[in-house]
Formats: sequence, structure tokens, C-alpha cells
Amino acid sequence: MRAARTLAGGFPDISKMTVARQAHWQRWLTAAAIVVVLAAIGRAFAGGQIEWAYVGRFLAAKVILEGIANTMVMAVLAMALGIVLGVVVAIMRLSSNPVLTSVAAGYTWLFRGTPLILQLLLWFNLALVFPTIGIPGLWSARAVDVMTPFLSALLGLGLNQGAYTSEVMRAGMLSVDAGQYEAAHAIGMGRLRALHRIILPQAMRVVIPPLGNEFIGMVKATSLASVIQYPEVLHNAENIYYANSRVIELLIVAGFWYLLVVSILTPLQMLLERRFARGALQIAR
Amino acid sequence: MTRPIVAIRSVSKTFGEFQALKRVSLDVREGEVLCLIGASGSGKTTLLRCINQLTSADSGGIWLDGELLGLREQGGRLHRLTPQQIARQRLKTGMVFQRFNLFPHMTALENITEGPVQVQRREREDARAEAMELLRRVGLAAKADAYPAQLSGGQQQRVAIARALAMKPMLMLFDEPTSALDPELVGEVLSVMKELARSGMTMMVVTHEVGFAREVADTVVYMDHGAIVESGPAADVLGAPREARTRSFLSAVI
Repeated sequence: MRAARTLAGGFPDISKMTVARQAHWQRWLTAAAIVVVLAAIGRAFAGGQIEWAYVGRFLAAKVILEGIANTMVMAVLAMALGIVLGVVVAIMRLSSNPVLTSVAAGYTWLFRGTPLILQLLLWFNLALVFPTIGIPGLWSARAVDVMTPFLSALLGLGLNQGAYTSEVMRAGMLSVDAGQYEAAHAIGMGRLRALHRIILPQAMRVVIPPLGNEFIGMVKATSLASVIQYPEVLHNAENIYYANSRVIELLIVAGFWYLLVVSILTPLQMLLERRFARGALQIAR
Repeated sequence: MTRPIVAIRSVSKTFGEFQALKRVSLDVREGEVLCLIGASGSGKTTLLRCINQLTSADSGGIWLDGELLGLREQGGRLHRLTPQQIARQRLKTGMVFQRFNLFPHMTALENITEGPVQVQRREREDARAEAMELLRRVGLAAKADAYPAQLSGGQQQRVAIARALAMKPMLMLFDEPTSALDPELVGEVLSVMKELARSGMTMMVVTHEVGFAREVADTVVYMDHGAIVESGPAADVLGAPREARTRSFLSAVI
């Protein structure tokens, strides 16, 4: 069958022809430009005053590994605290009780409105305000003993995270159709059971991408706890370079570990997203 | 036809400036199928929502099975019931929504067992067996493990009917159950509702399907601007309406 055949109305028959590949010369051009820029940056670093041998030596040093472990422990615990607080505060914020609504709004206002580093320093220095803390008649202790770097960092990071997470959770709950609340009420569910069984599982779908963002932010925010002596990876890296003056090398080591952790978190987030997309991704009948 | 299962007495409701219900009174008897017809904004959906307390009336009262809904009389004054008491009263009614409102993260079977297991604390195995029986009844036994997104609108609405029936309500409320459906899917939902009516279920149906009302309803109520204009046996209201407003509405929809 020849391509020159004509169809009704004198139009040529193009049904058997193939579409020629487009020449993407712009793509090649931009790629080449980027290679040149990267090569220039690479050359600058190769010739710069960085002792790569030190980077290699400290990359898996015991103190650095302990530091990244502490970073992860703090990030996970503070995020867990933040999510629990965030869910509770979001539910309070959306309740019809004006007392709960204002308490929730006040909490968000206070902890979102002051710098995180300031909050960390306040918790760590709580002993200056309350020398002893406790429950009258039951238990009491000196605040300096209780407010360890670990607990100060956990409270500072967790309470701050809760304020942000509550807004993420509130957005997720608002994204669920009002008909879902009505259907839950119609089968006799109260507000809390409807939230637990019907609304929150659907809100999770919307909430996981921003929460993933928040968790990545949290991993890096733990570095602020270095100012209150919590032995996370940046704090430990600093301690090493105070001794050996290899500042840039140890910062590169710390940076490498942050990047590695964040790279591992991204596929984990995708797994979670798939878990909560139940019922939403199957369209085929 | 025996005692009224629903007694609506002088119920009014306003939304801001808009008066949705004006001193509406109505009886529904056990086993009766009552269709509410009327233009949108005439108050028929609001009346239905007052019965399962998704909306609360401003004044007047609704008695279901002899029990005043949402309120308690004590010392000559009315007190609102707690959310828990309202939830308990809702169990006597089943609601089917215009837009189905199935739970999208649960399969058809899980949608049906959710209420019996979580609210009524029934044994999971018993609830599953009964849910399968209900799915067979609405012709969807093969779709037990399908998610709502995998079902057509008509299938979703049939699952929603089964979900409401699973709570063993004494009264079924239907809020325009076929209005969101493609025309070719309306029939399958109506035939499930007809079967339900034949089985003796008391039903209140807000609908635009005059053919369904004519065939199935014992009573047809025509509402306009928040008030009942005309009510009576389906043949009378639909066949020989007394009121001019009913006549002009019917000639517009048929």
C-alpha cells in the first residue's frame, strides 16, 4: 500500500506514516552549559584548601555516628510529640467549644510566633525561673537536673512542631467533604469516633506530603539544639573542629550525613502515601 | 397503617433570612412510604434532615416512635439532649444521601459493617455475614471488596442503602437518592427502593421521580416555600391535584 493513496475528499492517507523524532537541541545545549558550570565549581573545590583526607577520616568516626544517631532519635521523638500535639490542637481548633478553640489558637500563636532557638534556650534555662519543679507534696526536683539538654531539646522542638503540625492537620481535616461527617453521624457516630474512623484516615492522604516536609525540616532543626549542648551531629562536628581546626572538612561530614538521612526519608514517605491512598488510586472498574 | 411512627408538629426553621420551614406538621405511619416533592428550596430536604437531626428545628417538635427528638422536657422547659443522646436517637433512622457519601477509604463491605461494629459493638463475624446478605439484597454481592471509586454511581448508592439498613433502622430517609445519577443508573436504585417498600419498611423519600412516587408511595406531600401545600394518597395528589400550585409544579416536571 503506497502512502500516496488519497482518501475521500482528496486528502492523503497518513494513517500508516510514522511521526519523526524531534531534535531536542535546546536540551543538549542546556546540559552542556550545566556541565561546564559544574566542572568549574568542581575544579575550584579541588584546588581549594580542603583536606579531603580529613573528610574521609571523620565521615564514620564514632563521635560523628553517635551524633547522627542522636539527631535521628531527637527528630523522631520530637516529631512524634509534634504530631500528637498537632492532632489534638487541630481537633480543639475545629471544635464548637469556644474555650478549646481559643486555647488552641493561643498555643499556635505563641509557639509559631517566637524563634525556635529562643524557645530552646528558654527551656534549657528554665532553672533560672523555677529553681525547683514538681508536684507539691508528691515529688520535686532541682530544675537543672530535670532540664537536661535532651529534655529541653525534646520539649522545645516538639512543642514548636506541634504548633505547625496543628495547622497542617487542620487543613487536612477541612479538606474532607462535609458529607463524610454527615454520613458518620447518620450511622450514630459521635464526633471523636467520626474523626478517628472516618475523617482522619482520609485527611492523612492530604497531610502526608506536608508532614514529610515538616519531618525533613525537623531533622535539620535538631542542629539548633547544639546551642543547648545536645550532642547531635553538628554539635559533635563542632567539638572536633574546635580541637583540630578542620572547620570546612567537618562541616562537609555533617552535611553529608544530613543529605543521606533526607535521601532515605523520601522513599519512605512514598510508601506511607501509598498506604493511605487506599481506595483512591483504583479507578479501573 | 397504624400509629404514627413520625409525628412532626409545627416545625419551623430559618437559615439567616431564609425561612426554610414554616410551621410544618406531618404524620408518617408504620409501613408507610411517603414521598416529598417540590421545587428546590421548598424545604423538603431540611424537613428530612430535621428528622435525623443533621439540622435542628428552631421551634416545634418531632416525635419518633413516641420519643421527642433532640429535646427533653423538664419542669415546663425544654433542654437540649447531649451529643451522645442524639447519636442514640439517630440509630432509629437510616439516611441515604444525594451524593452517596460512602467512606472512600473502605471497601463496600467495610462501609456496611462500620456502623454495626464500631457503634453497635456487634461481633465482626455476625456483622460481616449480615452485610453480605444486604449486599446480595441490593444485587452487589460480587462487589463486596470493591472500593467506592471502583463502583458506578448507581452501585455506590445501592451500597449506601445497604449501609443504612445494616443499622436496622425503623425509618429510612432518602434525600434525592437518584438526583446525582446518570439517567441509565436511576432504575437500579429505584428498584432496590421498591423492593424495600414492598418488604414493609417505613420510608420518607425526597424525590423528583414522579413515576416512582406514583408507583410506590402511599402518600405524596407537595411542599412549596417551606410549607406543605397538599398531601394525600399518591393517586389523588399526582392524579387529581386540588391546588393550583401543585398542578403547575407537576406540569413542569412531567
